[in-house]
Amino acid sequence: MRYAKRERLRFMSHRDVARAFERALRRGGVPMAYSQGFSPHPRVSWVGAAPTGAASEAEYVEVQLAERVPVAVLRDELNRALPAGLDILEAVEAGPGVLAHRIDVSLWAIELPGVPPPEVASAAAALWAAEHAEVERLTKNGRVLMDVRPALLGLSPRPEGRADGGPPATGDARGGDFPRGVGRPVAAEVRPGHGHGTAQGGPAVSDDRVDDRRRGTPPCGILAAVVRQATPTVRPDDVLGALRVVAGLEPPVPAKATRMAQGTLDDDGCIVDPLAADRTVANEATGPTPVEAGGWSDALSRDIACAGAESTPTPGR
Amino acid sequence: MNRRGSLPCRAVSTRSVFPELEQLLPRVSKPVQYVGGELNSTTKDWEATEVRWALMYPDAYEVGLPNQGLMILYEILNEREDVLAERTYSVWPDLEALMREHGVPQFTVDAHRPVGDFDLLGVSFATELGYTNLLTALDLGRIPLRSDGRTEEHPVVVGGGHAAFNPEPIADFLDAVVLGDGEEAVLEITDITRDWKREGAPGGRDELLLRLAESGGVYVPRFYDVEYHEDGRIRRVVPNRDRVPFRVFKRTTMDLDQWPYPKQPLVPLAESVHERMSVEIFRGCTRGCRFCQAGMITRPVRERSVEGIGEMVRVGLERTGFEEVGLLSLSSADHSEIAEITKGLADRYEGTNTGLSLPSTRVDAFNVDLANELARNGRRSGLTFAPEGGSERIRRVINKMVSEEDLIRTVTTAYANGWRQVKLYFMCGLPTETDEDVLQIARMAKEVVRAGREASGRRDIRCTISIGGFVPKPHTPFQWAAQCAPEVVDGRLRRLRAEVNGDRSLGRSIGMRYHDGRPSHIEGLLSRGDRRLGPVVERVWRDGGRFDGWSEHFSYQRWVDACATELASTPVDLDWYTTREREEHEVLPWDHLDSGLEKEWLWADWQDALDEREQDDCRWTPCFDCGVCPTMGTDIEIGPTGRTLLPITPVGTGSPVRNPAFSPPDRAVTTPGAATGDRGPA
Repeated sequence: MRYAKRERLRFMSHRDVARAFERALRRGGVPMAYSQGFSPHPRVSWVGAAPTGAASEAEYVEVQLAERVPVAVLRDELNRALPAGLDILEAVEAGPGVLAHRIDVSLWAIELPGVPPPEVASAAAALWAAEHAEVERLTKNGRVLMDVRPALLGLSPRPEGRADGGPPATGDARGGDFPRGVGRPVAAEVRPGHGHGTAQGGPAVSDDRVDDRRRGTPPCGILAAVVRQATPTVRPDDVLGALRVVAGLEPPVPAKATRMAQGTLDDDGCIVDPLAADRTVANEATGPTPVEAGGWSDALSRDIACAGAESTPTPGR
Repeated sequence: MNRRGSLPCRAVSTRSVFPELEQLLPRVSKPVQYVGGELNSTTKDWEATEVRWALMYPDAYEVGLPNQGLMILYEILNEREDVLAERTYSVWPDLEALMREHGVPQFTVDAHRPVGDFDLLGVSFATELGYTNLLTALDLGRIPLRSDGRTEEHPVVVGGGHAAFNPEPIADFLDAVVLGDGEEAVLEITDITRDWKREGAPGGRDELLLRLAESGGVYVPRFYDVEYHEDGRIRRVVPNRDRVPFRVFKRTTMDLDQWPYPKQPLVPLAESVHERMSVEIFRGCTRGCRFCQAGMITRPVRERSVEGIGEMVRVGLERTGFEEVGLLSLSSADHSEIAEITKGLADRYEGTNTGLSLPSTRVDAFNVDLANELARNGRRSGLTFAPEGGSERIRRVINKMVSEEDLIRTVTTAYANGWRQVKLYFMCGLPTETDEDVLQIARMAKEVVRAGREASGRRDIRCTISIGGFVPKPHTPFQWAAQCAPEVVDGRLRRLRAEVNGDRSLGRSIGMRYHDGRPSHIEGLLSRGDRRLGPVVERVWRDGGRFDGWSEHFSYQRWVDACATELASTPVDLDWYTTREREEHEVLPWDHLDSGLEKEWLWADWQDALDEREQDDCRWTPCFDCGVCPTMGTDIEIGPTGRTLLPITPVGTGSPVRNPAFSPPDRAVTTPGAATGDRGPA
């Protein structure tokens, strides 16, 4: 299943999400399969997790059921049982293969309210040009240094983005060392951090969660970053840390990151939807499944990922 | 009709502070606790309601959210169309600092409205150590700390909960106090407030408080004057207004089946201290443990029926998805039909991985059948018992009449039936206690381990002893007792530890948990304190006191220093409030607050304690005249009714909920567990 973590619920930690999800399975009466043994657990496998504070339109989880049920029913019943803001976007019946093996890159949209787009562009250019960008991270084993740069496969400012998600401009902000595709026209209907689902036919975000009070705030730079998921995982905070280290970028208010897509890179360097292989089976079984795709995430991820892959050849390819 | 528009006093409109708060959340720990939107939470249109309550639990979200009392009131109030209730919890110091820096007020988690905009702020005190957190919330909420500084612009601050049975140390900060059960009381306060608002708020805040006070069930501290003797004892407490009664009575909600709340239990977004759904199976306890304030102030016993409990469990599981149901009460195995309840629920939820627990069980009311029912559908959690005292003698003093033989027999059966871990709760510092009484705890634990190893044939069993410092509480027979000095408690705990570790072989299987005696000393100060402690509480808070119930935040020295400063001009001090034994006829700070218990009976029971004489339970022996039933016009409500739970068929597969969407009529019913290794959908 692909699910979103939105709005206020982006502040949930992965443990919080897992608890809420397992309760929703029970509340929704989903016929779950349980592990055997002294302390049985529902069979739920998580693939990575967006960090606390980061929103996501592309998280993945796999569940094992005791009976075959229509996937559309499963999706709808789970959405009924989950708190608003944790939304199942798509469910497909799993075919052969391991879901986790189909995910190793992320596309992040990072909103930087109060940072003018040109500043974002030059900071991004500086980071892109750098060979290394070491940031410090606090772990339970103390401070560790991590080089963010090798994990960055693409980095692109969204031109003249605005914090209120207003219509973006379509100007060409292509820079010398920038990956190809920067500054391409961007679909206006998807607004990072503002109820993406509503524009794309996903579960609606209730009105009281959409806050339009921010209209009229200063322009805000938005950055798209394609990151390879290695160990330790480079998180949006680390990208911001790298921008600070390399380009001295200090956002006046906290940035807001949204994971727009996950998958593997194909030979063209595009992000492959991890559910694509299973979807064919699902469609045959249950008819067309609404796919939350297209718009900003698809268009831009393809552009950036393709370009990123070209600029930074994938090891082993 | 412009009824609401004509209101002179409270905010007619308000706004969400979430946009400001949201900027701060990435910088604090566990931000999700501040965002609201939990399953079964409620938000309402501000303009469409007439009376608005902010309900506070003055501790962190993780402790406050599962609190049943607040959850019940939240739901009862929100069921009224013209009433709005939202929740607020204490914010941790990291967020408090940011809120001060950025001018964000104390907010409710539901719609993030400033608490200062509400008509009423209801605060539930489970412990005295939440007092400083009240001040933080008031201050962050821009509400004057002291009742006499508030105007029609500010909410009426109403205290409740067990610690409010002696609200005197925080009398300066509260406008009103409710004693006892809140279900009906909050509705009456709501009605009085609504009427007063509709009339255009005649007489201002004073009149509203007078109307509350003259109802007889709401204590308004400012309408009472306290006079003192020269030596510091209280001379008398008298009303200073005509319409105010001399005594204020506690509230008692009868027939719990009529109050099946919470119907929609809140499901926390962040991990909380109780990750389960709780159903209160009865209220009150007449076991008569002399240290137990909860048992004394919640009489008489009122049981919920088997069917009532079954229905609450069914509805609750459907609406929450919790994996565990806690059957809550002060001593759950004492329900007259506990066997029918546990068996009925275990039958109903067979195969759904739904655990059952009795958070509070007496050794003598427990048996292995009960234990097996509890373990049938869920995880076999550890067993917990509270002998409270290490020696037979001290258990007679405190009237906790469980014998060591009972305990050994019970835990032996438990170990023999597969349990590996037993937890035992004790207290240290009890009246008349000697070193020997405390050292007996070690002997008992070793006996448990020895018997457990024999019964189970294994050496990996464990026994954990957890020891709390005894705090004498108001409205109990020990309200006159001298509290044990912290150094004495600490000394006994050290000797106990040495005794446990003295035997390498057995000691290895015994875990010991305890705190030093100092937090209990301060809890004791506040629990039996009077109004002269108001400045002490305020001083501690101004000096940085927050979350005093958390050892990492508690500072004993801060309290000692504040007492020294603020009590300097009085004849009393920290020890006067704590380690001093009271005389029979001393006026106690809470004597005008009526819990129903006769003071004469309490004194007689105190004398029995000193004589090591036990007292039976009035559920099984004749009434012993504690005074509650005649004073309050109540009676014991217990079974057995002889009824049982009918099975619900069918429950879901791997879930306690049957969702027709997953089992349409045309599809064959699948046997649970039939799918073995098959990979299911998705």
